[in-house]
Amino acid sequence: MATTAETHSFDLRVESVRALNALLHDPHGGAVRVCHPDGAHALAVGLNAPWEVELDGHVGYYCAGMNAQAQITVRGSAGVGLAENMMSGRVEVFGNASGAAGATAHGGLLVVHGDAAARAGISLKGAAIVVGGSVGHMSAFMAQSGTLLVCGDAGEGLGDSLYEAVIYVRGRVASLGADCVEQELDSDDLARITRLLAEAGIDGASAAEFRRYGSARELYNFHVDNAGSY
Amino acid sequence: MTALRESATFDRATIAEIQRAAREGIYEIRGFGAKRRVPHFDDLLFLGASMSRYPLEGYRERCGTGVTIGARHAREPVALDIPITIAGMSFGALSGQAKEALGRGASAVGTSTTTGDGGMTEEERAHSDTLVYQLLPSRYGMNPDDLRRADAIEIVVGQGAKPGGGGMLLGQKITDRVAAMRDLPPGVDQRSACRHPDWTGPDDLEIKILELREITDWRIPIYVKIGASRPYYDVTLAVKSGADAVVLDGMQGGTAASQSVFIEHVGIPILAAIPQAVRALADLGLHREVQLIVSGGIRTGADVAKALALGADAVSIGIGVLIALGDNAPEWEDEYVRLGSHAGSYDAWQAGRDPAGITTQDPELARRLDPLEGGRRVANYLRVLTMEAQTIARACGKSHVHNLEPEDLVALTVEAAAMARVPLAGTTWIPGLVPGA
Repeated sequence: MATTAETHSFDLRVESVRALNALLHDPHGGAVRVCHPDGAHALAVGLNAPWEVELDGHVGYYCAGMNAQAQITVRGSAGVGLAENMMSGRVEVFGNASGAAGATAHGGLLVVHGDAAARAGISLKGAAIVVGGSVGHMSAFMAQSGTLLVCGDAGEGLGDSLYEAVIYVRGRVASLGADCVEQELDSDDLARITRLLAEAGIDGASAAEFRRYGSARELYNFHVDNAGSY
Repeated sequence: MTALRESATFDRATIAEIQRAAREGIYEIRGFGAKRRVPHFDDLLFLGASMSRYPLEGYRERCGTGVTIGARHAREPVALDIPITIAGMSFGALSGQAKEALGRGASAVGTSTTTGDGGMTEEERAHSDTLVYQLLPSRYGMNPDDLRRADAIEIVVGQGAKPGGGGMLLGQKITDRVAAMRDLPPGVDQRSACRHPDWTGPDDLEIKILELREITDWRIPIYVKIGASRPYYDVTLAVKSGADAVVLDGMQGGTAASQSVFIEHVGIPILAAIPQAVRALADLGLHREVQLIVSGGIRTGADVAKALALGADAVSIGIGVLIALGDNAPEWEDEYVRLGSHAGSYDAWQAGRDPAGITTQDPELARRLDPLEGGRRVANYLRVLTMEAQTIARACGKSHVHNLEPEDLVALTVEAAAMARVPLAGTTWIPGLVPGA
């Protein structure tokens, strides 16, 4: 590993994923620029310190998985489970993300500047996800809390079996899932959308262009009259 | 007058269930496990030593019980003094006192206990020397800090009571604390998904296991838990995915809340599952290297010994330890009757009104269970199981319970012989096996 005054340079064609993660588990944090990720899996996972990590290329499954505190940037596209179960910090992808981006994430901010595939924000538990492009089908499935903000379109079954998470979509929604309904956009929503767009560094969209979707709360407790909705 | 005759097909329980279904319009959700009779360890017998085998002296000669789990990849495998572990049960389904008692009991005898849906509580971490942390599809309470302070990770694909099904914690058990741990409002029915949110199939699971190893710096073992349905293929795929140990849960395994039709009609008995799982491991050349932990209907030391003889490395117990804690105890009979049940039949673990203070979040009821006393009872029970298994192993001439083998067993029924792949007692016949093949 080459080292400059402040930023480590880490070449994954020379060193292993294990060595990278071992470095990034140092509780003191630091800054690392990783070159040649070449789609490798489990990069920069389980961080729990104020690291700044820049991955210069495409990454495989579970990049930034269970991240806490760290700021992780991907200058490429990401595989399945990007930032899954993130607790805090920021993960930003300047490409597309595959399925289940931000799955079960509890906190922090995930930004995907391109598109996110199916099940973005599945079982979301408190984090904020901002997608510059569109999201695939069944996004925010069973999402419990947190926010999914989509600047493009949303695929079939958006917010199926949604709990308390809130979804904002600027473009077209192919269809809503069970118990997900469009709701009135109020001033708090406008402020939240504006803040998230600013934090994500996304220009050219205004909060008033988005529509809000949330849970109708009809399926929160099982009732036989709703059997057809399950 | 014609003699009264009850129908074998429409027996009293069946009639009562039809009447209940017509009245309530919803399927029955309950706890406990399968109540129907299925081929089980009771259908096997051990062949004690005699002229052709030498027994060990029951009170003098050593019979080891220790087991190491997960040495294949982990830097710190799990080392247990006894091959009997406590199965995953959630805080939420169980009271905090019950979880603490299980930890205390397990620690007293040198074995592990396991978290469940909803995450890890301080009570169970503090009182469990060895704690296995479950990674479930719902990821309720999933926290990487807890992952790092666990002694092993158990990826739950399914459980024996409902292979292919998710879970449900009904709203009446969702207190503020349970709700906060699971990121949901109090009082909401909490559905646990049946599939993991970020992987599908063994190719993905292999990468998921890699991620977990990287997060934990390859320190602790990773188990994969499956409900018994197609164990030969499922065990093969779990091992292919990188599991250090496979937890195989038969259909008699317990549940906190599932549809009764699921509990009774999906999955296969643990007796039928173990030989398939062992064959899968043997075909991979990994029997005893990847440990097999089996559960679902383990009650006695004889059950433990029979499971080990069929090739398991350890067993896991859920219902048995809850009974040891005081579930279904006669002292609560009056209250069971008021709830429409009896001591010995109580299975409304989903309802949260457990008189014994175990399957409840009601603080008044939960206080009835003293974690110290409960832990002592669990430890006593686990010690008895261990001594019983040792007694049988010594009688078969074994200096370690893992030296028990299928050759020590015979079956009482044709069905059990076919499932367990041991001869029908008094014969050399194993149904389904072609002699010499």
